[in-house]
Amino acid sequence: MVGRELLLSVRHGADSLASVLFFVLTASLFPLAIGPAPEVLGRLAPGIIWVCALLAALLPLDRLIGADFEDGSLDQLLLSGMPAGMVALSKALSHWLVTGVPLLVAAIPLAGMLNLDGAVLPVLLAGLVPGTALLSLFGTVGASLVLGARRGGVLLPLLVLPLCAPVLIFGVSAAEAAASGLSARPHLLLLSALLALTLPLAPLAAGAGLRGAVE
Amino acid sequence: MLEVEDIAVIRGERLVIGGLSFRAGPGEAMLLVGPNGSGKSTLLRVLAGLGRIEAGRVLWDGVDALAELSAHGARVAYVGHQDAVKPGLSAAENLGRGAEAALAAVGLSHLAELPARMLSAGQKRRLALARLVLRPVPLWLLDEPTLGVDAASVVRFGEMLAAHRAGGGVVVAATHLPLPLPGARELALG
Repeated sequence: MVGRELLLSVRHGADSLASVLFFVLTASLFPLAIGPAPEVLGRLAPGIIWVCALLAALLPLDRLIGADFEDGSLDQLLLSGMPAGMVALSKALSHWLVTGVPLLVAAIPLAGMLNLDGAVLPVLLAGLVPGTALLSLFGTVGASLVLGARRGGVLLPLLVLPLCAPVLIFGVSAAEAAASGLSARPHLLLLSALLALTLPLAPLAAGAGLRGAVE
Repeated sequence: MLEVEDIAVIRGERLVIGGLSFRAGPGEAMLLVGPNGSGKSTLLRVLAGLGRIEAGRVLWDGVDALAELSAHGARVAYVGHQDAVKPGLSAAENLGRGAEAALAAVGLSHLAELPARMLSAGQKRRLALARLVLRPVPLWLLDEPTLGVDAASVVRFGEMLAAHRAGGGVVVAATHLPLPLPGARELALG
């Protein structure tokens, strides 16, 4: 099923690229908005990258399950013999592979552009790996809950963004700790712990959401 | 063996199906008839485990089918109103594993590599029907399966249905069009 999702995203290449381009473009607006002073940008860079990644990851959520819901594919997925939670987990995994991983890659040149300290970059990326995975998991829960709702696309960020607040806090503090010479380890461990907690729970919640949507 | 015992389905605070019971043994076909809105599609979704019942039981071989939904899904093939065809994938990619034989069964082998967005409405419907033979399942639930399908393809679909029933499969279908289901029992709803 994940393979099929990847094939679909390759066929709809423009949709898949859109969130990465959004990420790059919004992050590039910051130097224009707050001025090109390198030391200011360097200090703000982790926060800018995290917030932009979070917003960019939200973009494809609307269609992540919505398209399957509308064309009847969701019925077929739920009848495939897979538990609904596994269907949701596959959706989250494909969202991460299609959106999260390209965001990670795009964060590297962006960090350079925003004058992020080279020593902080590995920590930023180490935080973004569990961070983007968490965004995919929370996003799948949100996407499954708004299925069939009118204007679900507007509701979705309202549901998902508050859930992502802890991810953002620990992710940015990891990078800031590294920038000020402190150990980033506790923050990264907390992020990983959050992922370990969410990985089994979010698919269950999203699976229940999928079942509820088709009823 | 599919057994439906005294089920009630409520949709939007309206009793759509109430006190319905029937059973369908191996090789049998049930034809759901009734006016629009009489609950035919709702009943099919309930039998597939995609709808909620307020009362009663749905049994498969004597076991409560709706207690374990993913296991029930594995014994059901459902063709709904929507074709569940992805326009960006080719006909064969839409079906996935076992596509060749399934496409041959509905006479679409020559279009296997064509993107599904190029298919006509009837051909998309036939692609949805091809999903029935992708994996062997005992229960086929069909909602207006032949809508928009040409006469020759309906005959071919009749052969699929006959083979399924000969192998001990059960068919429950809702339709307003004549279906090639000889000896099907009619169940009037509404």
